[in-house]
Amino acid sequence: MKKFFLRLNQNKGAIFGLYVLIVFVLVSLFAPLLAPYDPNTIFDNQFNLPPIWSGGEVTHFLGTDDIGRDVLSRLIFGTRISLMVGFLVVTLSLLVGVSLGLLAGYFGGWVDQIIMRGVDILMALPSILLAIVIVAILGPSLENGIIAVSIVYLPNYIRVVRGATMSEMKKPYVDASKCFGASHWRQILINILPNCMAPIIVLASLGFSEGILNVAALGFLGLGAQPPTPEWGVMLADAKAFIETSPWLVNLPGLCILIVVLSFNLMGDGLRDALDPKLKGR
Amino acid sequence: MIKILRYRLFAILPTLLGVSIIAFALIRLAPGDPVMLMLGERGATPEVYQKMQASLGLDQPVLLQYFKYLGQLFTGNFGTSITSQRPVFEEFMDRFPATMELGIVGMLFAILFGVPMGIISAAKRKTPLDYTLMGGALLGYSMPIFWWALVLIMFFSVQLGWTPVSGRISVMYEIDQVTGFLLIDSLLSEESWPAFKSALHHLILPAFVLGTIPLAVIARMTRSSLLEVLREDYIRTARAKGLTEQRVIVLHGLKNALIPIVTVIGLMLGAVLTGAILTETIFSWPGIGRWFVSSVEARDYPVIQGGIILIALTVMIVNLLVDLIYLWVNPLLREES
Repeated sequence: MKKFFLRLNQNKGAIFGLYVLIVFVLVSLFAPLLAPYDPNTIFDNQFNLPPIWSGGEVTHFLGTDDIGRDVLSRLIFGTRISLMVGFLVVTLSLLVGVSLGLLAGYFGGWVDQIIMRGVDILMALPSILLAIVIVAILGPSLENGIIAVSIVYLPNYIRVVRGATMSEMKKPYVDASKCFGASHWRQILINILPNCMAPIIVLASLGFSEGILNVAALGFLGLGAQPPTPEWGVMLADAKAFIETSPWLVNLPGLCILIVVLSFNLMGDGLRDALDPKLKGR
Repeated sequence: MIKILRYRLFAILPTLLGVSIIAFALIRLAPGDPVMLMLGERGATPEVYQKMQASLGLDQPVLLQYFKYLGQLFTGNFGTSITSQRPVFEEFMDRFPATMELGIVGMLFAILFGVPMGIISAAKRKTPLDYTLMGGALLGYSMPIFWWALVLIMFFSVQLGWTPVSGRISVMYEIDQVTGFLLIDSLLSEESWPAFKSALHHLILPAFVLGTIPLAVIARMTRSSLLEVLREDYIRTARAKGLTEQRVIVLHGLKNALIPIVTVIGLMLGAVLTGAILTETIFSWPGIGRWFVSSVEARDYPVIQGGIILIALTVMIVNLLVDLIYLWVNPLLREES
């Protein structure tokens, strides 16, 4: 474990990503204190004010949008939504995916067959398309978008955990504890699961970025969060029409998404290198 | 590998059955009365309502409905679009070449730039050039492509005025459909050159956007796969023989590093279809992705149902082709069986 942190510490990219994410987490935790205004307050006659560096006013540091809402405040509250989205997507798909993967790998036979046929079906539909279909069933909203994207990400967990479980099952310690009368539960949760953690951790950290990206894409398509929610994808979509006159309305939320996703990917790469030294130095 | 192929081939049918159940359940799980949703505000009198219900077969028992639906699918009947009143299959086939053209050009771009990027990075390992290239790849890999598309439009279309903002070809040209690929059809038409140039102009930006993420992934994979191979003994031997570094890397290294690269290219084909949904929506590209999104917006359920099945079928066929290529690239797998 100590070695793991040492290795992670050597990876400058991962540490950088971690620091950026800590900043974003702090911003989202203290959003109401940091944001100068309420994200949905409309300032009359202050439409499309530019940010401060292109001649804007100090009172609206990053300018205002087309109906006069403060962009900085909306971005700060958007941080909350995006991190929450990432967290929920990862938690949901992790819980369900890891359980199904463990079951499929541990019991094999028809349990495995049923689960893997389901995976086949999910994999036949490209990720965001599947999410769109699910949203078409459930109706467009942020919650349904999160559920949809979580389902999309399930096959990754199921396949990886199933594979790891199957290779653990061949090891003598599993047989040994079976001889001592370990129950299925004990075998799965206490003996096998901890040994499958490495790939799960890597998948989870990459899942954050995938989740945030896909939910933002749904928001952008009008199939995720609905206006006036200050979600970054929705903000981008709203600003599309003003791309020529007020480019900052498009660029600021876009940059926010990019930075958060980039940080999670840096972390994910670092974690993978640290957990699997064989890949180190690539 | 042959085993896997056979499995894949036989899995197509049950998977399609599963997808058809999802597609079938869709209309029934959607909140609200599907008939009312489809009729919308166009005045639903009881007669119209019943007619619609009967035409959708919604007045029969569910299981019977499903088998009827399945029977229709097997005869190639994927339903009729509510908005255009045309068969879903026809609509799909109309748009399919546009998506294919975009996808192929995007993927070619990703391979043509991604592989050399990875090779240079691996050859100049741990130099500023390597860090720059891989930093760029990580950036591309993390890019929300809907924003990336808008940034490129802002720069190339709005500021510089180099490329058009939407569509496949200028409305000036009437191109007869031969292959469905406008780059080819335009050359065959009377206006050949100008029409071809117009089609290319329209294609460049969307293909670049679509290729961005695959490019990043391919570059990363090429670099890591090549570095792995360059540690092998035969590479040391090749160097000891006095071969130039270029020869060692390209002839001895790349050839053996190719397998993971081909794998990741195959995996990216699915990602291209996903990316097409966003790219087509932004660039008003008349392909499958935009068709599907607008059908979801219009709640055109027959199109959504039929579209899911047709897209799933396409994905599975593409995956099967990728496996075949894989078998061809990797002789080890052939010997095994």
